Amino acid sequence: MDILLNSGSTLVIIAAVVGLFMAWGIGANDVANAMGTSVGSKALTIKQAIIIAMVFEFAGAYLAGGEVTSTIRKGIIDTSFFVDSPELLVFGMISALFAAATWLLIASALGWPVSTTHSIVGAIVGFAAMGVSVDAVTWSKVGGIVGSWIITPLISGVIAFLIFNSAQKLIFDTEKPLQQAKRWVPLYMFLAGFVLALVTIKKGLKHLNLHIGTADGFIYAAIIAVIVALIGKFFISRIKFDETAELKTHYANVEKVFAILMIVTACCMAFAHGSNDVANAIGPLAAVVSIVDNGGQIAAKSTIAWWILPLGGFGIVAGLAIFGHKVIATIGQGITHLTPSRGFAAELAAACTVVIASGAGLPISTTQTLVGAVLGVGMARGIAAINLGVVRNIVVSWVITLPVGAALSIMFFWMMKGIFA
Amino acid sequence: MARNSILGVFAKSPIKPLEKHIRLVVKCSNQLIPFFAACSEQNWSEAAKVRRKLSKLEQDADALKRQLRLELPGGLFMPVDRADLLELLTQQDKIANKAKDIAGRILGRKLEIPASLQEQFNAYLARCIEATEKAAEAINELDDLLETGFRGREVELVEKMINQLDEIEDDTDTMQIVLRKDLLALEGELNPVDVIFLYQIIDWVGDLADLAERVGARLEILLARK
Repeated sequence: MDILLNSGSTLVIIAAVVGLFMAWGIGANDVANAMGTSVGSKALTIKQAIIIAMVFEFAGAYLAGGEVTSTIRKGIIDTSFFVDSPELLVFGMISALFAAATWLLIASALGWPVSTTHSIVGAIVGFAAMGVSVDAVTWSKVGGIVGSWIITPLISGVIAFLIFNSAQKLIFDTEKPLQQAKRWVPLYMFLAGFVLALVTIKKGLKHLNLHIGTADGFIYAAIIAVIVALIGKFFISRIKFDETAELKTHYANVEKVFAILMIVTACCMAFAHGSNDVANAIGPLAAVVSIVDNGGQIAAKSTIAWWILPLGGFGIVAGLAIFGHKVIATIGQGITHLTPSRGFAAELAAACTVVIASGAGLPISTTQTLVGAVLGVGMARGIAAINLGVVRNIVVSWVITLPVGAALSIMFFWMMKGIFA
Repeated sequence: MARNSILGVFAKSPIKPLEKHIRLVVKCSNQLIPFFAACSEQNWSEAAKVRRKLSKLEQDADALKRQLRLELPGGLFMPVDRADLLELLTQQDKIANKAKDIAGRILGRKLEIPASLQEQFNAYLARCIEATEKAAEAINELDDLLETGFRGREVELVEKMINQLDEIEDDTDTMQIVLRKDLLALEGELNPVDVIFLYQIIDWVGDLADLAERVGARLEILLARK
């Protein structure tokens, strides 16, 4: 107990530094996955992608990151086990951060597609189950989280399949695809704006002490969505179409309309990613800060310190600014046959799924949700070729990440106990 | 870090290379027109030059075929069946091979088309090459087919093209019958061995249209599955 009073601020600084590093890593590496489809289908330039990512990742982290952060902070572990020795929880959370950061560094160097979410959840479960007691883990909650990792890619796949098919029905398989695109694309923008605004209003704004009623929430979300759609419509009206291509069923012009839509879905994707993944970096930090601030009391109801979410957002933006350019540039080159009309369906489906998960406080993997969505579009015969080997690697990586994250975190946990206690 | 990203999921699309392949094949078979023009003038050096060009195009098509096969490993999830796609590619490639065989046989024997059949033969050749061009046109719809998820209006459009292709092929069959009949009438005046090979050349030129039709049929099968 004394350790918290004597070295409390040191521990907070350590946690903050590692948390910031994690956020930085998420910004530098992970964001590439969120923005990759937009850059890959040439709807955005790298510069535009970085700017959008900076703004919307921060907004997502700050406005809608609270619920998942709470889950990471106190949802996975049964804190009643730590009432007598709160310093163990502090050590554990810092170890979990170290473990996840280490594993991400190794995986990035080797080019493995690991998920920050899985690393941190594995790490927290690891130190609590092995370092303290198997019962210290709220297994029902962990079960729910792991279940969500299987279900969310499925859900986003189904949504992507439906969105893509609806676009085929409404736009592509019609007499005049271009006119149809101009008419219906703003509706998709409305949909994207509505889901994001609603989740943010209903779940995200709590920590800003803004409480908005259910009916009002829907109205505000609808208003924001209408504004988004109108802005989109304005930009669509300004596209210069290649009239010569219009003669037959050439879809180049239609894709230009979808490219505008993809800017909107890219914003959504960045927002969704920020809202879900910021917690991986700062959830453990939030736990450490709340314990130290309360002098060792594990307060069940305490709110997240005001500076933590912005710190996470800042870390992500910093990672983007410094390394994002390089990472997004490498992915921008590889892509061959991804047109905006497919990219948007995958992105919209994934963004909606992730943001809803964020609202529900479920830490899920953005990448896997997006892969699920891509497979959904593939099922609708929309993508020329999907590399199932890579899909398998992504699935395998999360199965491996859990035990590795756990093992590393146990190691760090014992080290910290040795050093401080 | 690139492998780390979601974009590894997207494999290289086989559609563009497939379209490029048939364009090469058509360009190759198109060389037969200047080739036969040079032959009718008995300008054998020019004919040899055209044949070299034709043969180069055939090799390019072969190289592209091989590359495409290598880039289509098993674990790909595609909107069309992989086996169908490879079969289509094989059919496309046969057109170029046939064109090369024709040029080789003619040049090797310095075989001349009888002057009285010249005009008729050229029309027949042009029609057969038209069939290959029609096949290429249909194949070039594949990227638009992908846009529409391989269904709806775009499929109807392609089916219309395949029907037109069938009509052209029917046409070449009729032309071939007439051409054979007229050659039969001339047989007495010609070197018997040349006659045998003339029949063969007429057959092979007709094969260009047959193969083009088979490309169309393969495309139809590709669209019909799933």
